[in-house]
Amino acid sequence: MNELALLVAATLSAGTPLAVAAMGLLINERAGVLNLGAEGTMLVAAVAGFGVAWLTGNEWAAMAAGALAGALVSLVFGWLVIWLNTNQYATGLAISLFGSGFSAFVGIDLVGKPLALTAPLALPLLRDLPFLGVAVFRQHLMVYLAMALTGGVAWFLYRTRAGLVLRAIGESPTSAHALGYPVRLIRLAAVLVGGALCGVAGAYLSVVYTPLWVEGMVAGRGWIALALTVFATWRPARLLLGAYLFGGVTMLQMFLQAQGVQVAAQLMSMLPYLATVLVLVLISRNPAWIRLNMPASLGKPFFPGL
Amino acid sequence: MNHRTFLKHLALGALALATGLTACGKKEAPPAPAPAAAPAPPPKPAPLKIGFIYVGPTGDAGWTFAHDEGRKAAVAKYGDKVTTTFVEKVPEGPDAERVVRDLVAQGNKLIFATSFGFMDAMVKVAKDHPEVRFEHATGYKTTENLRVYEARFYEGAYLAGIVAGKTTKSNTLGFVASFPIPEVVRNINAFTLGAQSVNPKVKTKVVWVSSWFDPPKETEAAQQLMDGGADVLLQNTDSTAVLQAAERRGKYAFGWDSDMSAFAPKAHLGSCALNWAVYYEKAFGEALDGTWKTEVTKWGVKENMVNLVKVADFVPADVKALVEKATAGLKDGSVAVFKGPLKDSAGKEVLAKDVVADDAWKGAINFYVKGVEGKVPSSK
Repeated sequence: MNELALLVAATLSAGTPLAVAAMGLLINERAGVLNLGAEGTMLVAAVAGFGVAWLTGNEWAAMAAGALAGALVSLVFGWLVIWLNTNQYATGLAISLFGSGFSAFVGIDLVGKPLALTAPLALPLLRDLPFLGVAVFRQHLMVYLAMALTGGVAWFLYRTRAGLVLRAIGESPTSAHALGYPVRLIRLAAVLVGGALCGVAGAYLSVVYTPLWVEGMVAGRGWIALALTVFATWRPARLLLGAYLFGGVTMLQMFLQAQGVQVAAQLMSMLPYLATVLVLVLISRNPAWIRLNMPASLGKPFFPGL
Repeated sequence: MNHRTFLKHLALGALALATGLTACGKKEAPPAPAPAAAPAPPPKPAPLKIGFIYVGPTGDAGWTFAHDEGRKAAVAKYGDKVTTTFVEKVPEGPDAERVVRDLVAQGNKLIFATSFGFMDAMVKVAKDHPEVRFEHATGYKTTENLRVYEARFYEGAYLAGIVAGKTTKSNTLGFVASFPIPEVVRNINAFTLGAQSVNPKVKTKVVWVSSWFDPPKETEAAQQLMDGGADVLLQNTDSTAVLQAAERRGKYAFGWDSDMSAFAPKAHLGSCALNWAVYYEKAFGEALDGTWKTEVTKWGVKENMVNLVKVADFVPADVKALVEKATAGLKDGSVAVFKGPLKDSAGKEVLAKDVVADDAWKGAINFYVKGVEGKVPSSK
């Protein structure tokens, strides 16, 4: 029973960076901008966050630095795709490649540097609950923030006027423009928020989760976050579940090994990716699921003059 | 270090497929930053030019770092008689051959490549340049002017096992493993045998992460092992993540490849460190005085190439004495890591009483010894 609680705890913790990054990308995509640069953005933020954590010893300053770095990278991306109307796919890939190279370059002196470690937050009273105490209430604050963020994004998108405008721009930027909304500025704001959230996720990985900096340490999690937005059909709550599911499958394979269950390690390593493919296939089988929720202008450039 | 980058790329390929983004070629493309050149000693009349090819960055605190320390020590010994160049972060693949040829073109007369995956590139270039001498770490192909060298790293794992066996309270050790190849399986077994030599009740849990280097995944594996009851960890992966995960949970772990004590002052029990300097000094010397000839070198504790260094101050003196005794035994040959009677995890005898395993046996090992839980993933 206790092992199971620990597995749940590990799942929440592994799913958190995915959820935060994917939530940022979801906001981007709801505004009609597809940012394939997530992986590179996270790497730049991871190195920035780690550098600040190493200098200041303050993990929240590090997260802020990660958010700032993520926003800066996506500012470049946003300017390119929103004002210069470059192809979103190609630009995103370029940003991703740039980010992984750039982070490796600036991070050379940080490789292998030790970081003072922070203990996970344990909520008083709740931490002593049977099962749930271990499973849920002894996590890093970021885990709870990610849950709150999910609620916040859902509320924003579906219960506020600003959220409605954002979604309208994702559906039909021309109509929103005709109504007088500053489409480009709002898209840029969405891109910046998205980049900042990817940045927080990257900094969380290098400062709290692992914590160390090495080249390419995000190890594909940016791409998984991108897949998660499709997986969740652009719905915040599904996104959080998807992130936990993905984190859970990864942890499960290690859990089974550590428990001495006979499984082929190579097969188990494939599982998270198989699960992604499977879900993508299932979703694609029902076009309505995607069409209903997919922002209609996703990935398309917008020219206000036309 | 076998197959390191190849497998990494396979995994990346799978990832790209899974996310439907095959075209991005995630980490393949970013070219390594311009290879840094080592500061060379001031030019004197025709110093011997020596080149090194590293698979990782010299600052990885692990495998490549250890090689570079060895290079520096050998340079210090021979002073202005030699001048060295190194190229770091060379991917194992077609690029490697180009780098080797570059080093030849620059006039290097002795060239070291420090990862298994450089083997075929080295063989090819060695054939084309009989006037240059080549040295390849952890490989097995030799020619007239290409020789191989390797460390008996499992001896270090065995010594770590002695400390682990005495330190563990739960009698459960954890091992974060990379790929099920003989090199890694051998280390798992040696670690377990070392622990059993001082504590027969010890068992070892293994988690395979299918990567040489994925710090978040190494962290997760370490956490799962600790959740599963392991309180002393060793890893055959290249980052310091496992050590740091143990530090966070108040458990114990070891450094690997080089001294990692700085990364986890409370968790660090000792580091299985590689001292390549002894070999590089010998090789430089032979190339300088003309006695260089092709051969296969496998050195361990006896030759001071493998050591358990920086054993923590809090490790009791009697445990330290046990380590010293085993070290002395490995040096004078009275202790052998793999010596019969030895049973595998299924209970089958794999070495008869008093038989000491030879290199062929150790090179083909694909089973766990008794006390390791589970089965090697690649075995039938």
